[in-house]
Amino acid sequence: MAGWLRSGRRRAAGIAAGLALLLVCMMGSLLFGVHTYRLEQLWTAYADFAGTNEQLILRTSRVPRTLIAAFVGACLAVAGCVMQVLTKNPLASPSVFGVNSGASLLIVIGLTAYGSSMSMVNMVWVAFVGAGAAAACVLVLGLGIGGRFDPIRLTLAGAAFAAFASSATSGLILLNKQSLDAALLWMIGSVSGRKLEHLAAVLPYMAAGLLLAMLLSASLNVMALGDDNARSLGQRLGLVRLLAAAAVVLLAGSSVAAAGPIAFVGLVVPHLCRSLVGNDHRWLLPYCALTGAILLVAADTVSRLILMPKEVPVGVATAIIGVPFLIRAARGRSHE
Amino acid sequence: MSRHHGRRSAAALLALLLLVALAAAVSLSLGAVRVPLGQVLRAAVGLGSESADLIVLKLRLPRILAAILVGAALAVAGALLQGVVRNPLASPDLAGVTGGASVAVVGFMTLFSGYSIHLVPFVAVAGAFVVVAIHYALSWKKGVTPMRFVLIGIGLSTALSALTMFLLISGPAYLAAQVLNWMTGSIYGTNWTYIGMLWPWLAVFLPLSLRIARELNVQALGDATAIGLGSRLQWSRMAALLCSVALAGASVGVAGTLSFVGLLAPHIARRLVGHDYRLVIPASALAGALVLLAADLAGRMLFQPMDIPAGVFTAGIGAPFFMYLLLRGRRA
Repeated sequence: MAGWLRSGRRRAAGIAAGLALLLVCMMGSLLFGVHTYRLEQLWTAYADFAGTNEQLILRTSRVPRTLIAAFVGACLAVAGCVMQVLTKNPLASPSVFGVNSGASLLIVIGLTAYGSSMSMVNMVWVAFVGAGAAAACVLVLGLGIGGRFDPIRLTLAGAAFAAFASSATSGLILLNKQSLDAALLWMIGSVSGRKLEHLAAVLPYMAAGLLLAMLLSASLNVMALGDDNARSLGQRLGLVRLLAAAAVVLLAGSSVAAAGPIAFVGLVVPHLCRSLVGNDHRWLLPYCALTGAILLVAADTVSRLILMPKEVPVGVATAIIGVPFLIRAARGRSHE
Repeated sequence: MSRHHGRRSAAALLALLLLVALAAAVSLSLGAVRVPLGQVLRAAVGLGSESADLIVLKLRLPRILAAILVGAALAVAGALLQGVVRNPLASPDLAGVTGGASVAVVGFMTLFSGYSIHLVPFVAVAGAFVVVAIHYALSWKKGVTPMRFVLIGIGLSTALSALTMFLLISGPAYLAAQVLNWMTGSIYGTNWTYIGMLWPWLAVFLPLSLRIARELNVQALGDATAIGLGSRLQWSRMAALLCSVALAGASVGVAGTLSFVGLLAPHIARRLVGHDYRLVIPASALAGALVLLAADLAGRMLFQPMDIPAGVFTAGIGAPFFMYLLLRGRRA
């Protein structure tokens, strides 16, 4: 399957168009909402800061949420793509590593233990640790030590762990009602109400994860040919798998730490991009990053606009934008 | 090898059956008021005291039957769906069943808030069927392939959960609590009316599922091989999906959206009896019933006097057991 954009030149043009679209979406996200601003107001908010209300809104609310949406969207999409190759399952998404549910569980445990004294920045770290620990559990359960790699076992271990962790989370919430509000607010998954410091805290990990994934892209192509082929082509499968898993954990863990559990992006964007550029990961991963960023930024903007002045969760808006494309891509693909 | 395997599978099925019976008996006797097992038996044959009669027959028995029926139905629905789409991550949620039922129920509660809550199961089943029909139509392009079905299923169920969320947000707040409670999945407060609504579905579709099991074994070899072996692929695929939807829809209508049972009970079954769907389906039914019975019992007993929805515990109880099987399987 080669996708619509076959030649290298067209694909490069696609990247440029994607970048332009992303910029437009980000501009839209900065300027539109309950209050609409003009471009020069954005300029003066940074060039000539006077502390007025609109300048404060722009600097402390609009800019952070737009940037977070772009980074988180890109990371989730790339993580999903790597995950689908790693588990050889087109239904896999970063949450299959238990990343989201592990982060949620540790956040709820933290809120139960320390109550409201936990600051947002602390919550970012707690979530990150929870995501990493969950992924480690799943990897140990699914791979074992010295055992033969079996993608189905890894997938199932992840699904079981995720189910267990989310059940423990809802149990804790039920028992401990005062932690409910803060936890629920966090668990909805949203890019609003987050500050730039939260992004800054996880940005190095996001960058490392993206870099690692891009470096692996050629190896992922080989891995997708099947284990036997990859081995006979001289690939060190164990090492590649380990690095790929590390990339997923870095990307998905930092995303969930910055924005809470956001589903669907990691699952759907790789499928959309596959119908555009086919299965070559050297193109697929950059496309995923761009498309993921565009999707989440656009969804965040839409989530502010559809029920004004209420905001709907960003997951609702991602579905509204993403689902038609997914159905189109699924119907268009030449099947297996 | 195969005879040995057959004997092991039979033993596993028997053990599951005994465990379900045991869990049901314990469940009947334990609760806010403890009724000794002897009295439970006496009440069962109509010789019990009045209070025992009330507690055992009126309150606990329907609930326990509901747990068994719902657990079995969801698990078989999951097994069928996993067989059809040949993907271990498939669960009834994926076919839009849960999503369709949720949207229908939330819409019903928002728009017709005066109507009886007893209509909810019917609304849920109707919603599930409408959505699955849409799903099937969207996936049809000279036949339905598993991959397309799954991808469109993901899209639809995401869209539906977004719609549910949207309705919840735009509706009044008290409603949200009511609906969220239903969505966690609980068999609290089931009475004989619900059982009366539930058992016909199982009576029809469970035997049918067992008949389809052979077809699923053939389909597991891949579409081309299945057609080569003379399977009427699209028909049997549609029949399996119909069974799956009917079973899942009926149980979602009664018990709300219980997660986990439909996803992992079939895998528990596979670890115990292998990959032959003629064995996987009955084993899934028993495993699902067992998990839900245990979860309901835990929900009633652990935090008395609070009665915690069974949906909270299904994964809490089922997942560790499943992980144990997963770890044990590696050594073998």
